[in-house]
This record gives sequence, C-alpha cells and structure tokens, in this order.
Amino acid sequence: MSVHTLTVDGEEVAVPAGATLLDAVRAAGAELPTLCHLDGLTPVGACRLCLVELEGSGKLQPACATAAGEGMAVLTQTPQLQAYRRMAVELFFAEGTHVCAFCVANGNCELQDVAVAVGMDHSRFPYQYPQRRVDASHPHFAIDHHRCILCTRCVRVCDEIEGAHVWDVANRGRECTIITGLDEPWGEVQACTSCGKCVDACPTGAIFRKDDTTAEKQTHRERPQLLRDAREKHQWQNQ
Amino acid sequence: MQLRCCGASGCRSAGAEALRTALLSARDQLGGAAEAVSIKSVGCLRLCGRGPLVALDRPEPSGAEPACRTELYAELRPEQAADLLARATGRGDALAAQRLDSDHPFFALQKSVVLEGCGVVDPESIDDALSHGTYAQLRRVLLDVSPEQVREQVKRSGLRGRGGAGYPTGLKWDTVALQPPGPRYVVCNADEGDPGAFMDRSVLESDPHRLIEGLAIAAYAVGADQGFVYVRAEYPLAVERLRLALRQARSKGLLGAGIAGSGFHLRLEVRVGAGAYVCGEETALLASIQGQRGTPRPRPPFPAQAGLWGAPTLINNVETLASIPVILRQGGDWYAAIGTEGSKGTKVFALSGAVQRTGLVEVPMGTTLRTVVQTIGGGVPGGEGPDGGVKAVQTGGPSGGCIPAHLLDTPVDYESLRALGSMMGSGGLVVMGDSTSMPEVARHFMRFSVNESCGKCVPCRAGTVQLAQMLDRFVERRASLVDLERLEELCRMVGATSLCGLGQAAPNPVLSTLRYFRQEYQAACRDPVQCEPLDACLLKEGTR
Amino acid sequence: MIAPLSAPPSAPSRADLPPEADLPAEAVERTSRLIRQHGSRSDALIEVLHQVQELYGYLPPGALAQVARELKLPLAQVFGVASFYHLFRLGAPTAHRCAVCLGTACFVKGGGELAARLERRLGLRLDDAAGNGTWALEHVSCLGACGQAPVLVVDGHLEPRLPVDDPAALDALLGALGLSANDASDAGTDARADGSGTGAR
Ligand SMILES: Cc1cc2nc3c(=O)[nH]c(=O)nc-3n(C[C@H](O)[C@H](O)[C@H](O)COP(=O)(O)O)c2cc1C
Ligand code: SF4
Ligand code: SF4
Ligand code: SF4
Ligand code: FES
Ligand code: FES
Ligand code: FES
Repeated sequence: MSVHTLTVDGEEVAVPAGATLLDAVRAAGAELPTLCHLDGLTPVGACRLCLVELEGSGKLQPACATAAGEGMAVLTQTPQLQAYRRMAVELFFAEGTHVCAFCVANGNCELQDVAVAVGMDHSRFPYQYPQRRVDASHPHFAIDHHRCILCTRCVRVCDEIEGAHVWDVANRGRECTIITGLDEPWGEVQACTSCGKCVDACPTGAIFRKDDTTAEKQTHRERPQLLRDAREKHQWQNQ
Repeated sequence: MQLRCCGASGCRSAGAEALRTALLSARDQLGGAAEAVSIKSVGCLRLCGRGPLVALDRPEPSGAEPACRTELYAELRPEQAADLLARATGRGDALAAQRLDSDHPFFALQKSVVLEGCGVVDPESIDDALSHGTYAQLRRVLLDVSPEQVREQVKRSGLRGRGGAGYPTGLKWDTVALQPPGPRYVVCNADEGDPGAFMDRSVLESDPHRLIEGLAIAAYAVGADQGFVYVRAEYPLAVERLRLALRQARSKGLLGAGIAGSGFHLRLEVRVGAGAYVCGEETALLASIQGQRGTPRPRPPFPAQAGLWGAPTLINNVETLASIPVILRQGGDWYAAIGTEGSKGTKVFALSGAVQRTGLVEVPMGTTLRTVVQTIGGGVPGGEGPDGGVKAVQTGGPSGGCIPAHLLDTPVDYESLRALGSMMGSGGLVVMGDSTSMPEVARHFMRFSVNESCGKCVPCRAGTVQLAQMLDRFVERRASLVDLERLEELCRMVGATSLCGLGQAAPNPVLSTLRYFRQEYQAACRDPVQCEPLDACLLKEGTR
Repeated sequence: MIAPLSAPPSAPSRADLPPEADLPAEAVERTSRLIRQHGSRSDALIEVLHQVQELYGYLPPGALAQVARELKLPLAQVFGVASFYHLFRLGAPTAHRCAVCLGTACFVKGGGELAARLERRLGLRLDDAAGNGTWALEHVSCLGACGQAPVLVVDGHLEPRLPVDDPAALDALLGALGLSANDASDAGTDARADGSGTGAR
C-alpha cells in the first residue's frame, strides 16, 4: 500500500493513501474538534470545526473531508483557527435552544464537549430562540429539534448503515430541519426499523431514548465504523 | 427593407408582442410598398430600459456606402405600427422623436463579440442562424481540427470564465480532457442568479444556437458525449427558446450521433432549476442536475476530476461558451489582442439601477467604470457634479461590493475589481445614486444571502442571520460601537470558514461598504459623538 | 440559557390535505405516465416535480408519495428536495399570486416601497403563502428584467416600470391589475407600517 508523508503542526506523519487529513491529525496525536464527522459515515464537511490551515497557501480545509496528500503541511491550532472555532460553537448555541441542565445528553454531549474544548461559556451572538418542534410519536425514541445542530449524522447512519433512509433534511438556510418520511410524525413512518442507530449517532441530546431522563443518554459512537468494517471487510467484532 | 423587432424578455414585458402583431397586420392592410418590408423577430437590441425597440434597416440608393442604414426606434406603441412602416417605405417621418441616435456612445462604444448575433439573428430559426455562420466552426473543427488544437486556441485566447471566478478556460478544458479514460460530461451553467444580472438570459433568448455551438465544441475538445444546460426556472422564455433550438439542431444533424458527418456524438439536455440561487455554485449545480437538494460539497475533488455521476465534468458559464465560436473563427490571438494583460476579450455587462440608459453593454475588458456608467449609461437621471450623481456602483452581485464614485476610473478587469474588495461576478452593474444608504444596501444583500443559504454549513446558515440582525441595528440607527467591531469579526469568520462561495462571499457587500462608507455606519451608532473618537483609538490599537 | 415560554408550533397538520387515495384518478395516471416518460430515472426528480406541480397547482403529499414510489426513492429524500427549492409549493396556492422583485436593481428603484405598499393594500404579509385568502404576495430576487425595474409579476404576467414615485398613478395601476384587498375593512391596516421585512426604509 502506498503511503503519504506529511506534517501536522510540524510533526511528521505517514498515512496510507486514501486517508483523510483528519486521520493524519489523529495519527500525529493532535486534537481536533469535530461534530458532523463520525467514523464510518461519508464525510460532509458541514460543521467547519475541523478546519485546518494549509501552510503556504493559507487555505482552510475541513480535515474530515480532505484527502491527505504527499508533502502537505497542516496547522491545526493557529490563533485564528481557534477564534473561528469558538465563533462557530457560539453560532451553534445561538441558533438552537440548549438548556444543558435539563438535557438527556448533559455530560455526554459532543456539542457541550466542543464548547468546553474551545473555551466557550456564553455566546456573544444573541440567542434566536427558534420555534421548533418536539416529536415523541415513536414508541421508543423522541426528537427535540431545539437541540439539533443539523450535522446530518442521523440521516447518514440511517441511509448508509441501516439502509432505511427514514431521515432527511427539509427546507433550506435557517429554515432547515431534520424530517422523517414526508415530514410525518416519526412513529408513523413505516420505513423506520426502530434500530436506534440514529440515537447512537446523534452528537447531542436531540434524538434520545424515551426511557432516559436528564443526563442519562448513553451513546455508542463507534458502532457505524464497526458495522461498516463487518460489512465491507468481514472484520467481526469478535475477531 | 427590414424591421428587426426585439422579442427578448425585456421588450416583451414592455409590449413587444402586441407591437409585432400590429406591425404584421398593418403591413397586410397597407399592402403595396409595405409588402416588401420584412418583419423579423430578433433578440435584445441593448437599450432594454426603453423597450419595445425596433431596428429599421434601409438600403441606401445603389452604390452608396454603407449599403444599408439602420435606425433604432424606442418605446413604440402598437398604434404607431403604420407610422413605422411608412418610414420603412420612405414615406413620412412621424416617429423622429422616438428615433435613437445610433452614434451615441451607448451604441458606438460597444464591441459585439459574444453578442455578435444578438439582435441580428432570429433566435427561433436555425436557418437564419446558419445563414449568419453559426455552426460553421463546429463543422470545421469536427472535420479538420484535433481536440488538442481546439484547446490550444482557447488557451491562446486567454479567455477566463465569465461565471465569476475568472478561472482560465483553456486550463480547465485541459484538466478535464487529461483525466483517465472514461465517460465525461459538459455542463453549461445558465443559472444566472445574481440580482441585477441579465447577460446570460439575453444570450439564451437572443442567440441560443451560438451557445449550443460553443458547448458542442467544448464537448469535442474534452471528449464528452453528453451534456446539460442548467437554466433557472425564472427564465421561461430562455428555456423555451433553448429547447426549440436543441430540437432544431438535432433535426439538422448538428447534435446526436455522427455530427456533421464526423464520428463525434453528443447528447444535450436542458435541466430547469426550481428557484435556488446556490445552484449556480458548481457542486450544487451538479447535485441539482442529479435530482438532489442543491447543496454544495467541499472541493477538492473538483468537478473537472469528479463531477456528474463521479465522472470528470466541464462546467462553463453561458458567456464563456458563447465566446468560443468567435475565438475559433478569428483565432485565439485575435481575441487575446482585445482587453488587458490579465483579462482578455470583451465582457458583457447588464447596466441597471439609477442610471439613464439601462441595458446590455459589451465592451473590451479594461474599459473604465466611468466610461460604462457615465459615458455609456449617462449617469444618474438628473444627477449633477463630476460623477453625475453616482454614489457607488455595485458589481458582482451578492458576492461583490460597492465601488465608490471616486474610484470610477478603475478599469474593469478581474484583478482591479478584486483589489477594490469587489469582484467581476457575472457582470451585473447596478448604479446607486446619492440617496442610497449603504448600510441598507449591505442589509439588502445580507438578507439575500440569508434567504439563499443552503443551510449546510453553520457559518453561512447561522452567521448570515446574525449579520443581517446586526445590520438591522445600523439601518435602524440603534447600533453601538461593539456592534461595529463584532460585525467585522463575524464577517471575517463567515468569509473564511464557509463551505462554498455563497457563504465565503456573503460578507463582501458589508466589508466593501465598511471600507468606503464607514462614516455611514458610524453615524448610525446610537451616540455618534462618542462613537468616533473611541473607534479611532481602537484603530490605533489594531495597528500597534 | 432559558428559552422563553411559548407553545411549540404543532406538527404540520396534514389531515386537511388529500392523501393519495383521494387524488383524482386521472392525475395519478398522468403522473405515472410522465414518470415513465422520464425512464423512471431518479435524477429526473426535479423535472418530475415541476410537471406534477403543473398538474395540481402544488405538490400534494399523496403525489409526493407516488413520485417517491415510482422513482424508487425514499420518502424523506423526495420531501427534502421538494422543500429545498422555493418554486415548489407544498400547500394549495391562493387563487391569485403576485411576486414583487427585491433584486438589487429593483431595490434601488424602490422595490421595497412597492412591497410595503402592496402589503398594506392587500392586507397581507410578504412571503406568507396563505396571503389574505385570495392574494398571496411573495418576493423574488431578480427576474432578469432589471432594465424595467421595479417589476411585479401578477398571476404570471410581468408588469414593468411601476411608477413608485407617483403614488396616484401607482394606485391606479395596481387597481387596474386587480390588486385590491378582498375585504375592504382590513385594507390600510398594517402592523408593520415601517416596512420591516421588505427591505423598505
Ligand atoms: C453562490 C454562487 C453562485 C454562482 N452562480 C453562478 C451563475 O449563476 N452562473 C455562472 O455561470 N456561474 C455561477 N457561479 C460560478 C460557478 O460556480 C462556476 O465557477 C462557473 O459556472 C464556472 O464557469 P466559468 O469558468 O465559465 O466561469 C456561482 C458561484 C457561486 C459560489
Ligand atoms: S444537546 Fe448538548 S449542548 Fe444542547 S442542551 Fe443538550 S447537553 Fe446541552
Ligand atoms: S438530530 Fe442529531 S444527528 Fe440528526 S442532525 Fe440533528 S444533531 Fe445531528
Ligand atoms: S456557504 Fe452557505 S450556501 Fe455554501 S454550503 Fe455553506 S450554507 Fe450552503
Ligand atoms: S467534522 Fe469536519 S467539518 Fe464537521
Ligand atoms: S430586451 Fe429588447 S432591447 Fe434588450
Ligand atoms: S433586480 Fe428586479 S428584475 Fe433584476
């Protein structure tokens, strides 16, 4: 297998051809916040948290969705990148409604983690308090759109791993919302197999099990990758 | 004797259809000499703001030079049909007041290259197009010129993409052509969505065969056998005429299998948008052609590497492709002799807003804004002073910026406009008069971006909303110094981190108005007295 | 971070929209036919939606379900596409529609004032699909008729060069175009007389 050599914050790493910049950053032992990325799902490059700077050109590229190339030199923690990341997290908090103290995902939420990691404790941008829906029509699960950050991980896991494609994004711009079926109540969508993969994939407390109350959400974010490896490489979890 | 009646959208909305019907029936009624007047429907005659327009071609008495004189009449009403026919047959001159001066700079300073056939050929007749030489270059290259040689001419011409970014067209063609063997596609981007732009529309409505010829040559040059023209649904007449033109071309064997007796095949289809500006972005356009939500994706890979159905795909703008037949006819060097060092050829502008003469203007690259706006456009109606009442000129639509009157002597080319914090964009030039408030203009564009953001990435989806709200505070004169600071900070973040060109360019109208009209923002702060000195120290701090 | 207490908007009630079983059989048959004409290819989705909208005047949920089934696409994907593009309507349209251009050229020539005037005159709000029951007013961003700015589209017909600077002439023209509130009592009452939301000053 051919290998690409590149540097991450000056550190030299070698990754197999086909690896992403995110793989390279991880191989170098550096930390990079991510939200829309989930191992095992097709990258979309939507949350912009994993942006890195390409030395020389100064261009910013999403590490999760950019192929690593021979001789690249990437910077992950310039002051500018840090400032942009913080603003992106502020924008996420300001566009939805997040009351962590009452949230199923409190303590186990990737958005919260990222906020801590970038040192954001309040948003300088006014909260929008959007009027969004809560759908509890499914027998086991529910979705509270106020906590949705539109990362589309639920959409992709349901389509790419479960093969049911119950979810999609409707509307556009600030009106964007995650929907089930023809924008029907989740519980009425026949295609849903109730497998719970979307619950596991959701980085926040937007999709949750009805049994769980405050701070009880458990997730299994490794599962899409395990399932994909099993399907494509016949690598089973017992091996 | 011939009457060429503009039948493009601009004049149609001003009553061109009724006028043409009236002319036809008046000719029947008058009989006699009038029968010899041919009445032809053509595309845009340039001065769209004064439609409906009709050009009258009158042959001069034998031996005179030129052999034919053309007069242009504006704002014609159906009841004037008989007067016009009378003039055509040399009896009477009742319409002298509506005659336009053909030597006026508006016409005299134009150089028609892309618009060569626009207003001359009948857009609904392939025979007329053929008689004006359309498809001759396609036939010639298919039989005598190799794809490499075609690409060589395009490279020599120095032509750069007219869709906004100005990427060298020849290089893009090479990239697509040199991908590993396999299927390839060509796509014409006719999604022209910048408010204030109507150049591509005019080409589609006025001379669709030229575009098809250009697209077919491009397909040959990159080795594609299938292509699409993606037209916005807001242009029904353009869609109709393009579809008709494609049918005609197929029936003449100029599209389909074994074109013009060569071994080259090409299937072209029209795809109609459904009201999404972002679909002009190339990766979103590809998604839309494939029947999906028009959301952009990160590049690389570029469409030239992986586009439609994963195959290498060439995407070019309407005007870019419509320049191709002329380049091949006259040679790349001929084209490269027009324009400036870095920007070759001519550019079509759509001139509108607070300006006396609105319409289509094709001039060599490097013509100054002053020439276009003041000499050609006549400045603001009733405007006074050295700048003719012009306060600013907006170029590049929602991705561009406002250029203040004192910089009107800037030559129009890709680099000069970019240096001023604006951009060429597709070619819309909107003139703004003294009464226009710049924070309001900035908010206008930001609202546009809020409406048109696809919602995929957070800086654009949520950032534009915040920016628009900040601008509300300036427009409503309740902003504070902190707002000004935050406005700039967020502009930089949205511009640097958004996924596609829409978000990346959305702050440009704010940044450029801040650059040239900062005092208007400062005056909008709640306490301007306090605001200005404070701002001054902040600036000092920034430079320390 | 406490949200103000307010009732969350209810899930869209689809009960009042016809399910597929209630769609006219002829329209269902024509939909099938036009899908076959596109070779049942999923990339024809947008073209198909255009044609289905022509058939019904909008995209009823039952028709979307039929399109999804016959193009072999997931329901959510079809809804995602239909709701992305602003020219697709997901609810039945009002009897008459008017679009006001708020593109840059029209904006410079008073398109914002025109929109505000129409809101007042018709007693409705811009971009509210329900309108006043008879008329709905939406905005468009440039129709490529900038040379004629400011422009309106009234029931599909483009009206050029509206005399915004001459209120009397404008009113007469709008009246002649049938642009009058159906209920005279709500004409002239506009909560948003400042024109916010329309780009007007
Ligand atoms: C938001 C956005 C809108 C665009 N709209 C158009 C458009 O309407 N027409 C167009 O030709 N290019 C448009 N472009 C540029 C295209 O992405 C692309 O660069 C162009 O079609 C390439 O053709 P060219 O090389 O001939 O210019 C747009 C780009 C962005 C980011
Ligand atoms: S989803 Fe995360 S950030 Fe949002 S309220 Fe819940 S714990 Fe807090
Ligand atoms: S519901 Fe969860 S997984 Fe789905 S888009 Fe929203 S935040 Fe992401
Ligand atoms: S910048 Fe805006 S339009 Fe472009 S991908 Fe992001 S949200 Fe979509
Ligand atoms: S994790 Fe890479 S953009 Fe979201
Ligand atoms: S549309 Fe008739 S002159 Fe331009
Ligand atoms: S801005 Fe209104 S038609 Fe172009």
